[in-house]
Amino acid sequence: MTVTLTSDEEAMLDGGSGEGVAMAMRLVVRLAEAMGAASLLPVTNAHIDSCLYHGQSGLDFVNRLVEGAAQVTVPTTLNVSSLDLLHPELFLGDDDTRVAATTLMDGYVALGCESTWTCAPYQREVRPSLGEDIAWAESNAIVFANSVLGARTHRYGDFIDIAAAVTGRVPAAGLHLAEHRRASVVLDVSQLSTTLLATSAVYPMIGLLAGRLAGNDIPAIVGLPATTTEDDLKALGAAGASSGSLAMFHAVGLTPEAPTLDAATGGAPARTVTITAADIRAARDELSQTTSTTLTSVNLGTPHYSVSEIGRLHDALAGQTVHESIAFYVSTGREVLAEAGLRGWVEPLEAAGVTFVTDTCTYITPIVRDTTGVSMSDSAKWAYYAPGNIGVESIFASLDECVASAVAGRIVRDDELWS
Amino acid sequence: MTAEVTPVVPGTASGPAIVLDEPVSLWGGFDAETGCIIDRQHPQLGVCLTGAIVFMRSGRGSSSASSVLAESVRLGTAPAAFVIEQPDEILVLGSFVGEELYGITTPVVIAEPSLSGDITTGTTITLDASTLRWSLP
Repeated sequence: MTVTLTSDEEAMLDGGSGEGVAMAMRLVVRLAEAMGAASLLPVTNAHIDSCLYHGQSGLDFVNRLVEGAAQVTVPTTLNVSSLDLLHPELFLGDDDTRVAATTLMDGYVALGCESTWTCAPYQREVRPSLGEDIAWAESNAIVFANSVLGARTHRYGDFIDIAAAVTGRVPAAGLHLAEHRRASVVLDVSQLSTTLLATSAVYPMIGLLAGRLAGNDIPAIVGLPATTTEDDLKALGAAGASSGSLAMFHAVGLTPEAPTLDAATGGAPARTVTITAADIRAARDELSQTTSTTLTSVNLGTPHYSVSEIGRLHDALAGQTVHESIAFYVSTGREVLAEAGLRGWVEPLEAAGVTFVTDTCTYITPIVRDTTGVSMSDSAKWAYYAPGNIGVESIFASLDECVASAVAGRIVRDDELWS
Repeated sequence: MTAEVTPVVPGTASGPAIVLDEPVSLWGGFDAETGCIIDRQHPQLGVCLTGAIVFMRSGRGSSSASSVLAESVRLGTAPAAFVIEQPDEILVLGSFVGEELYGITTPVVIAEPSLSGDITTGTTITLDASTLRWSLP
């Protein structure tokens, strides 16, 4: 299929704006062909995941853009990198990786991106609105933007994110088009008890199941209470994008494109799957397979903790101290950390034994000081990926279980919660 | 035996088939240094995909998968080709960039879901643009 380009787009492709822009446009056009798009669409905003160091190829790519005189043409935020620039001493990796990761970060800043270094750009003050076309990478940000904000981004990954930011264009395809944003599977959680649905830890478990059940379909979730928070929906989406390819979900009655189930499905019939308490328990158990029983670390903030989540932790830990045998990390964005500091939460948490990590995350880079024993997290995404990435054994748990365990210095479970 | 497939990243390749029981997320689930599966939840943990024609239902997980594929192309640990059932842009992008930077094509083609039933791990496969060829054991 041929993609029809405007004269401006043709000029970018032909190298009139430099070889960097031409390479970016080649990627956008080739992706448009692969997706069967008839044309390109302008975007207002981009979020870049390519700034996380995975090897020399990432540097080779950004160098091509920098040497080719490319610059971003829309406001562009940066995802987490491998380093914490505010707390550089936390990085326990080798110097070669530190230097390479720094060079990569500098490359993206040189292209005109903002030094936000967060996987949760939707927690910034200004965020995309309903119906806005954007080019976001980072799977949890994609699912949040589409589902909770109603902004439109396809499931973009590394390279195409910066290519879209440089050209200001994406293929007119996929989740940018209304007809591809409808639900075709219904997940019914209304059988779960009010108590369970009032627990934040249930949302990542619903997400884990949604990711697995939906495949490439968009699920509409029915039965979530009106009290469901943005933090809950964030955790749900992040988990679904880990266990599967979830790029969008509708929470009926909660998210902007799903005032009713009919609105979410466009009136078309959809298969229904019922989620039971036993399913939730099984999902939790699956993310809690360990051989050791010695707890060594607690890791919160994947995706980056919001101001309200830091507030919840502050309340949960109130007056207690983290046990000396436990390393307790909270990953968050530097803007959120500054705001939590203004609210007076950071100092007491640090005094209680909490280490704040910014600009990066404890499951993608060597920060956790003891990777023997068991690491606990309130994030399904962390529990899912950390074993492969940093070689720990992980347990998924609720925030309260994480705090109780950190204080006691051993794994504390509230099995009543999960029954 | 032959089957027609739809090339998304066109090219030629040959090698042994590896039919994945579940999709693997290249990022977090695959090690570009070794070319092997490291996802502890994956039924084929430890299986190496280097030089293989990898059959999987779809892509999976994180948007960093493009980078991991490009890096494995650079290191020479990448699969020879991907045969998937549903289009996956993140995989396709990794392949495009491997081609832009290193001039090495990792073809990605779309096949009918029924095909993976006919092909078992170890079958030698040749991919030529839109045709897959293999011999029955």
